[in-house]
Amino acid sequence: MDQSKIRNFSIIAHIDHGKSTLADRILEITEAVSARDMRAQLLDSMDLERERGITIKAQAVRVSWKGHELNLIDTPGHVDFTYEVSRSLQACEGALLVVDAAQGIEAQTLANAYLAIENGLEIVPVANKIDLPQADPDAAAIEVADLLGDDPTHVVRISAKTGMNVDQVLDAIVERVPAPAGDPDAPPRALVFDSSYDQYRGVLAFVRMVDGSFSRREELQTMATGTRFDAEELGFFTPTMMPVDALTAGEVGYVVTGLKDVSSLRVGDTLTSVARRASDPLPGYKDVKPMVFAGLFPTDSDEYPELRDALERLKLNDGALFYEPETSTALGFGFRCGFLGLLHMEIVRERLEREFDLDLIVTAPNVAYRVKERDGEWLEVHNPAEFPREVEEVEEPFVKASIIVPKEYVGAVMELCNERRGTFDHMEYLSPERVHLTYELPLGEIVLDYYDQLKSRTRGYASFDYDLAGFKAGNLARVDVLVAGETVDALSLIIHRDFAYDRGRLLVEKLREEIPRQMFDVPIQAAIGARVIARETVKARRKDVLAKCYGGDISRKRKLLENQKKGKKRMKQVGAVEVPQEAFLAVLNIGQGQKS
Amino acid sequence: MHLPFCAHRCGYCDFVTVTGRDGQHAAYVDALLRELELERPLLAPALETTFVGGGTPTVTALPELVRLLAGLPRSHEVTVEANPETVTAEVAKALRAAGVSRVSLGVQSFQPELLRVLERLAGPGDVRRAVQHLRDAGFDNISLDLIYGIPGQGPAELAADLAAALALEPEHLSCYELEAKPGTRFTHAWGEELRRQADAMEDYFERVVATLTDAGYRWYETANFCRGDRTRDLRSQHNLGYWLGHDYLGLGIGAVSTIGEERRRNTPQLGRYLAALAGGRAPERELEELDAAVKQRERLLLGLRLDEPLPLAAIEQALDADGLARVTGLGLAERTAAGLRLTERGRYLGGAVTVELMR
Repeated sequence: MDQSKIRNFSIIAHIDHGKSTLADRILEITEAVSARDMRAQLLDSMDLERERGITIKAQAVRVSWKGHELNLIDTPGHVDFTYEVSRSLQACEGALLVVDAAQGIEAQTLANAYLAIENGLEIVPVANKIDLPQADPDAAAIEVADLLGDDPTHVVRISAKTGMNVDQVLDAIVERVPAPAGDPDAPPRALVFDSSYDQYRGVLAFVRMVDGSFSRREELQTMATGTRFDAEELGFFTPTMMPVDALTAGEVGYVVTGLKDVSSLRVGDTLTSVARRASDPLPGYKDVKPMVFAGLFPTDSDEYPELRDALERLKLNDGALFYEPETSTALGFGFRCGFLGLLHMEIVRERLEREFDLDLIVTAPNVAYRVKERDGEWLEVHNPAEFPREVEEVEEPFVKASIIVPKEYVGAVMELCNERRGTFDHMEYLSPERVHLTYELPLGEIVLDYYDQLKSRTRGYASFDYDLAGFKAGNLARVDVLVAGETVDALSLIIHRDFAYDRGRLLVEKLREEIPRQMFDVPIQAAIGARVIARETVKARRKDVLAKCYGGDISRKRKLLENQKKGKKRMKQVGAVEVPQEAFLAVLNIGQGQKS
Repeated sequence: MHLPFCAHRCGYCDFVTVTGRDGQHAAYVDALLRELELERPLLAPALETTFVGGGTPTVTALPELVRLLAGLPRSHEVTVEANPETVTAEVAKALRAAGVSRVSLGVQSFQPELLRVLERLAGPGDVRRAVQHLRDAGFDNISLDLIYGIPGQGPAELAADLAAALALEPEHLSCYELEAKPGTRFTHAWGEELRRQADAMEDYFERVVATLTDAGYRWYETANFCRGDRTRDLRSQHNLGYWLGHDYLGLGIGAVSTIGEERRRNTPQLGRYLAALAGGRAPERELEELDAAVKQRERLLLGLRLDEPLPLAAIEQALDADGLARVTGLGLAERTAAGLRLTERGRYLGGAVTVELMR
């Protein structure tokens, strides 16, 4: 294909602002899919994505419009996948910035719009949902135009739902988005912007040919990891797979690699040919590291092998997932898993429970800490239970958080950020009504129910996004929890010393509510080292009998007790105390009450 | 024998009961006697115990009740349940004459307000009169049922109820904590209030046991007390049969039997029951097979309710060794040469201890 006739673009939008609907409509109008075959929201292939209204894995679809080849590259929509988004954007020359005409810009839109601008993309602003009675297309257009330094008349006003003006979007892509400008005769370089795993064909790489071309059966190589393989098949999606003999400069498509493990083919890596090797890789490759960690344990310890197999299989499709075996005295054998963020964690957990039918206990998440020990050695700690009790220095990850709220909630947001050790960075009015705030916050405070708090304190109006901003020193201490005198390793946590008393107290109070009364008194303590900082007692039960047991009732009473016995097996035994699974998440709730 | 008829269905009740079917008493007694005839081969010529429960057996038209009692095989103990307001001098005499040896009165409380909450029809005066009629008719084995933990029942009201019951010098007392059973009218109306009071009423069970044992009663089963008597065993012999794992035959709607490895439950529907027996057929039944492990679990659950040790050989297969170690370690149960028994504190926590002990 002549590069001048190619347009590669993505759609940037906040959840529910209509990205998937617009994508569907584009496929329909360009007749890639007939309306009859149209399954709503075609690009989101996983059930889970469909349910959550988000897209986890990017795909690319090729359509034709007025003699041009348009490649729509789908991007994940969430903060946890910023790196993946940036790679998808790097594969494009342009992006549609879709804003809900009734809602205006959201934090996520902003974050991704900035990413697109950084990647040098031509942005085509679109105001969607203009058919809604509460839509204010003019206000939305002004907001978007302000953000881009563009003219409000350039904002295409559409309804993806009804299809109104979607043809204008396609025309704008052809007119405004530049054609690719790689060198078709240079040694080949292709950007891997995503990958997925197929049980029968192995790893599938989604690529954007930047320079040169690949042909079928050619031996290829990744430049960062050095993995080699034969291109078993080349092709593109229409959205069904269409094999081709070659992928040429400017095109977007897929490569069937036959590889058995996605981790050997990293997103952001450059593919080249072994025979005609390029000298330099494309810029921007990063080895993404997990920042949020949690312990995953099978509720029934017999399910450990199933959990291990399930993680192995998930990992095939999710290069960002990290796991290693962990042994907890309270929870038994399990895995310490690393995730890109909280949403990534939630997705992995749900997939394990849904696709693999596992019953899991997930400990409260924590972040990665860098710890300098007495001997001057630095180590990275992913598990509070392994956090040394004596440390020289500790560093924790920080993020730059971006929050957009109606102006009346600015005070509430500032209060929350201050409570969470935030440093104010910047504030600006996006419109007379809406304010954009940026703060620097410890990631450890965000994994502690920050988002829930933000939502509840702004009545759901705040939108939020963040970017990692490196490690910084913090005055942190390890707080252990003792139940009936025994340390429960799975409940240990790392807290800033200024908050240790308040949060320790809240934690033991929470645990007192979560741990059912037993046949004896159960003291619950929070301690830093040997020093107890908070204490509560779960008082012993005084009675627990079945009122009546006569002839007619015996089966029912027996079944009642048999069920109680089964219920007990779902609880974890800490010494003589039965601790329900919910208790292991009590840590998550200690952020809220704490107002200094 | 289950006699389901009641004058009113109380809000907290979840038994099989029937109201407003006065015209069917005769047909029902016919059916019961026919079912008895069908099952007669299972029974010994003379029975150990017979229990006529309900419902409110004494709501049944008296001639029909007397006809039923006359048709029963001879038995060492014959108990009839009654509500106080139904026990007239005539009823008391008729029961005595029909061979009834024991009457269990559904008293529940002596305080008008609490009786109203429970929707009981009898007042405190009815109870005293009923006991008097029964004594006059020659009954020397009377049991009173009490309920505690009623919304609005403070510690003083509880003490007053117990004192009023003791003043009547019953041979036997059954004391149950009020349960908000799911789906009952009572739970709908009072469930929330009961939950609010739960903490305040936590020690009522202990108060009941202390008061009654101080008055010389033996706490022989979790919810049952009998007067100490050197010449007679005043425990409910019939109910002891359940707690000791004996077989029993149940007749009537919703009645349950346990015979060897099988438990069966008659249809709870009056119409279907009457129709089957009118046609000379056994009523529809739900069957449950009880294997050895299940029987042992039941033996454990029931046997530990008694104040006498449970022989280990009877429950070997049902016992969780770790659980046994835990509860003996906590001083809730003890092993003696005679078997396993709960300590006093263990008996207050009997349900939870049984769950620990059960495999």
